[in-house]
Amino acid sequence: MEIKKAAMAGTLESSDAQVTVEPGSGSIDLTIESSVIHQFGRQIRATVLETLDRLEVRDAKVTVVDKGALDCTLKARVECAVYRSNDITENLPWGGVIR
Amino acid sequence: MMHPNKKRLRRSMMFLNCQKPGLIKDPYIYKPDSIMLDLEDAVAENQKDAARYSLYHALQEIDYRGVERVVRINGLDTPHWKEDIRVCVAGGADTIRIAKTESAQDVHTVEEHVLAAEREFGRPEGSTLLMAALESCKGVLNALEVCQSSERLIGIALSGGDYTKDLQTTITGTGVELQGARQHMIIAARAAGVQCWDTVFTNLDAMDVFEEEVKMIKMMGFDGKSLVNPRQIDIVHKVFTPSQKEIIFAEKVVREIDEKKAQGIGVFTVDGKMIDIAFYDGAKRTIALAKASGVYEGDL
Amino acid sequence: MINAVGREIPQEILDATGKKVYEGAYAYDNYEYTKAAPTVHAVCDPKRSKLVENIHEALVKCGIRDGMTLSFHHHFREGDYVVNMVMEEIHNMGIKDITICASSLGKAHDPIVPYIEDGTIVGIQSSGVRGKIGEAISTGKLRDLAIMRSHGGRVRAIESGEVHIDIAFIGAPTCDEYGNMRAVGGKSDCGVLSYAMVDAEYADKVVAITDCLVPFPNIPASISMVHVDYVCVVDEIGNPAKIATGAAKPTTDVRKLMMAEYCTQFVIHTPYFKEGFSYQTGAGGASIASAISLGKIMEERGIHMGLGLGGITTPLSDLLAKGLIRKIVDTQDFDLGAIESIKNNPNHIEISASEYANPFNKGAYVNKLDFVILASLEVDVNFNCNVVVGSDGVITGAQGGHPDTAAGAKCTIVIAPLLQGRIPAICTNVTTVTTPGETVDVVITDYGIAINPRRQDLIECMKGVNLPFCTIEELRDKAYAMTGEPDPVQFGDRIVGIIEGRDGTIMDVVREIKPYEFK
Repeated sequence: MEIKKAAMAGTLESSDAQVTVEPGSGSIDLTIESSVIHQFGRQIRATVLETLDRLEVRDAKVTVVDKGALDCTLKARVECAVYRSNDITENLPWGGVIR
Repeated sequence: MMHPNKKRLRRSMMFLNCQKPGLIKDPYIYKPDSIMLDLEDAVAENQKDAARYSLYHALQEIDYRGVERVVRINGLDTPHWKEDIRVCVAGGADTIRIAKTESAQDVHTVEEHVLAAEREFGRPEGSTLLMAALESCKGVLNALEVCQSSERLIGIALSGGDYTKDLQTTITGTGVELQGARQHMIIAARAAGVQCWDTVFTNLDAMDVFEEEVKMIKMMGFDGKSLVNPRQIDIVHKVFTPSQKEIIFAEKVVREIDEKKAQGIGVFTVDGKMIDIAFYDGAKRTIALAKASGVYEGDL
Repeated sequence: MINAVGREIPQEILDATGKKVYEGAYAYDNYEYTKAAPTVHAVCDPKRSKLVENIHEALVKCGIRDGMTLSFHHHFREGDYVVNMVMEEIHNMGIKDITICASSLGKAHDPIVPYIEDGTIVGIQSSGVRGKIGEAISTGKLRDLAIMRSHGGRVRAIESGEVHIDIAFIGAPTCDEYGNMRAVGGKSDCGVLSYAMVDAEYADKVVAITDCLVPFPNIPASISMVHVDYVCVVDEIGNPAKIATGAAKPTTDVRKLMMAEYCTQFVIHTPYFKEGFSYQTGAGGASIASAISLGKIMEERGIHMGLGLGGITTPLSDLLAKGLIRKIVDTQDFDLGAIESIKNNPNHIEISASEYANPFNKGAYVNKLDFVILASLEVDVNFNCNVVVGSDGVITGAQGGHPDTAAGAKCTIVIAPLLQGRIPAICTNVTTVTTPGETVDVVITDYGIAINPRRQDLIECMKGVNLPFCTIEELRDKAYAMTGEPDPVQFGDRIVGIIEGRDGTIMDVVREIKPYEFK
């Protein structure tokens, strides 16, 4: 999927993450800031990259500010930001690339 | 064939905001009978989409340990409900709570989309149950037709806030404004053979008043109550737990009826009370409730 | 060298400190040693005044010089002004290489961080540190090894001469001109001065700092004039609002209440819950809730607590007032209710930190505990607890009486919610060991209760009790199933601190943290 415009999803509350996507400059440029980076930085990065990959996002600047979100929340926030950047809110591929 | 979970125990049905990851990650530790993941009032209008992604992954990835997963979808007068239904069915929600139900037609409309979604996402047809929240005078008056509207419908729930507005009054704390609706709804539900739940009680500083209300709705015949906070769960369960006296009496009734039926006797006495076959189902329910409450040690 | 909790203690640290590795909770029983003694100056001349004009004069008269060790107490908690006031003056005087030996340091002391950076302060010995001092130590800004000691361990270190205090600064809510200090009265009422008592007895020089000078004699004194060299009156020694707050409203968090109820049910099903039992609990929401629910059961069954111990809060004071507790012995007051109680109730008694927890005296109160209810940042599958170092590797907590009470009590219960955000409280290996698992008997979480397999007796007496028992490994697995398995923190090589066992051995080391790198 193409990142058509900047979009954001999520909050900075505990157990949540705020994900921002912006049009990229040819590849995935991922920045992660996390309150649990020392223990979960690797897993957060893997989850975000896997989710972007499933959504076929190849060119984007992605910023994650994580406040201890579980993987299911990280995925939800990434997906939401990506679909928002495309203004899609209906007929989403539940169980398809969203899984 | 009836869905095996249609009549499961639903004393405590706790609302949770789908948009709050900290809330939805492990509400099962409070042991409610059902959680109601809310896409409607708790979620801000501009976060309706975000709540669905959270819901989908929660339904798919969090093990709610046997707690029923109900999802409250947005009303049929909003642009959100169709996608709400898709995500509920795709995620495998047990039950959908229809907000602002006014007629059997509302249930049919939802049912149609649920069926389409079950087909789209390859879920067994009929696997998704429905419950209807009655939030207006019209809805309350149509309680019976709503209760009889669908094989999927497990029951009806009163939504007191919106209902009292429609009634042109408020929640007064006396319960007087809800008397008619409560009485009417429980009668309709029983006539149709479905369950019935009372409205939320939002003042968390008045736990004693809450307890009185739970006792009252139990006496009225309700199956349980919609809840807004885990602090309320234990109180509901305590009120709905049969006393040892009730359990012993129910056991005697079941045993007597089983025995006397075989002998062809129709009316007899237990502990000096006249008993007939009409007591049988009630006694069975008491024992089931005792089992669910973890206080039954007998062998029935 | 690997110690008895499985931690590798590098030889260089053993050499540098002259310490041994931790060998077990009671390895030093019957240990023989000669106590240290301070070098003191007699006050024979009745005309000599102890009053000094200001901190500067006190420092000059005490002969402040580079390399000294200064001590402080933390009864004023996050409302303390004394540490900052003294260190600022020392900094202004250009004194360097100071070691601070405090009973604890908190966020209130963030302002001394620049003095760590500029070499005014080179050593910190404390129960723990929070806030910016913790970050400064963990990022390698302190020249010497930081030493984290339990409350009992600190008394031991001072009395055995392992640390020698040159000057003790003792903030006193009330004091007379001859140095009799009381913890009650005045503007900065803190209830007790327990932690400072050993400082008064073992420091070469003792300075009382007060904002409420009262007529002589200020008795009965918590700390007597016989130990005090100088008395300095200042405007404010602390912020009363942060020293003691009103009693915390009992928690309404169902998760905490649930753990509290598990704890109470566990306690009452042990053989130790009987007339005259002894008990300590912390000031956390679940601990307080469990004290309240235990109180109800004591009342119903007519069972009295013989001894309540430790840091005291209003709920325990209320049980004392109701006659459900016979005696409270007190080393710290967490709220105004506790302070009122010690002022007014003759069965509420101030004791020294040595009486409380020193492992090298001839028997401390902690040894007589039946129950202690504790919290922990992390607990591992060997029941080792970490209360000092955050899961991100930064020093962020204090040992307090945790290892002391755990070692002393017959039944040590740790309450911890399974997850704090994404951080699992139950893990394979704690970041740093502060309290050894051999002294921890039960871990209560919102997801279940694990009894230490060393306590087969407790496992046996809980058979048939309706509580969600499971193994500690099951708790960890439940946590990891939700969070994923945490990676170990990426520490640097440099060791910045040691966690000292209460007997003075090395329990663990704390390493410098480095910025996280994606590999």
